[in-house]
Amino acid sequence: MSAPSTALRVGRDPHHVGHGADTGGPEFTGHGGGGPAPKRIVVGYGFWIFILSDVVMFSAFFATYAVLLNARAGGPGPRELFDLHLTAIETACLLLSSFTCGLASMAVGARSLLWTEAALLVTGLLGATFIGIEISEFARLTARGAGPTHSAFLSAFFTLVGCHGVHVSCGILWLGTMMAQFAAKGFRENIRHRYLCFSLFWHALDIIWIGIFSGVYVIGVVTG
Amino acid sequence: MSMDPTSPDRPRLQADSSREEAFDAGSRVGEDRIPGAPSHELPSLGAELRRYVLGLVLSVVLTAAAFLSVGTHLIYGPGIVMAIVVFGLAQVGIHLVFFLHLTTAPDNANNALALAFGFLIVCLIVFGSIWIMFHMNHNMIPAGQLMDMQG
Repeated sequence: MSAPSTALRVGRDPHHVGHGADTGGPEFTGHGGGGPAPKRIVVGYGFWIFILSDVVMFSAFFATYAVLLNARAGGPGPRELFDLHLTAIETACLLLSSFTCGLASMAVGARSLLWTEAALLVTGLLGATFIGIEISEFARLTARGAGPTHSAFLSAFFTLVGCHGVHVSCGILWLGTMMAQFAAKGFRENIRHRYLCFSLFWHALDIIWIGIFSGVYVIGVVTG
Repeated sequence: MSMDPTSPDRPRLQADSSREEAFDAGSRVGEDRIPGAPSHELPSLGAELRRYVLGLVLSVVLTAAAFLSVGTHLIYGPGIVMAIVVFGLAQVGIHLVFFLHLTTAPDNANNALALAFGFLIVCLIVFGSIWIMFHMNHNMIPAGQLMDMQG
């Protein structure tokens, strides 16, 4: 009977690293002997590589900001410019949206269209609130003469935080697309893979924001 | 069952075969958890929810600690910046484990290794830039001194 060979295969490969093909041999060598990984793993891995390259790009902006922190051309520094109450609200919005994005992942796993759409809607609204607060902060800074053209420090600040804001805005567009695709096409495999990439993207944006709110805002106010 | 009765692994193999059925069912129902999620264990919805809630609670605590350390006297003054950095790094770890489901399971080794490489590059760029640029600033002649020399 064929069951024992299957059982043996699984027994030697408890984590299903080589799940997906039967090479006939009982051993899994870790050299691709088990055949290609499931598409879900491959898609997630590819997008994870993209996210890491995005993180490397942000690290260049972080380094620029740190280097230019004191190049203020006689202008204001972080302590005069930043309002930590607004930053705290922004942080709460993004953290909660990361949580509701996780809830949406659970709803997708449970194939519940209602809960998926509801969780994604809340995620998008929290993201939009974040963007709204950030735009109003940028407008306030520019109105008081502390725009990106004032000093190298402010250029670096607007580049770093603005780049994150652009990422969140693109994420909201993607989120709307996912809501429409779940509604129109259901929980098809390729749609779920797209959603998997979106959730990775959204959680990664929150991780970048941890660096911004602690490295730029909180430490900026502490050190002046 | 016509399995080899002399195999010492026999009871475990039977248990594993039942687990594979659970896995196959899971690959139809819950296939799209984050790629970090170990595919051999299928947490129930309740366990998954607990995981997200725990991640949220820990993140809120660390975020609050970072914001509250601004005006506090509980932390030694010159160490506040380092404390905020530690809170931030800890929260990144919390997010990776509880939200992105990054583990060290074998089916997750590629993700973890890519992350380790990304972390190396990020450290090189950030700390390398700061190191080089601050040394360069240190070695530059201040503008005032330059004028004195000209005068």
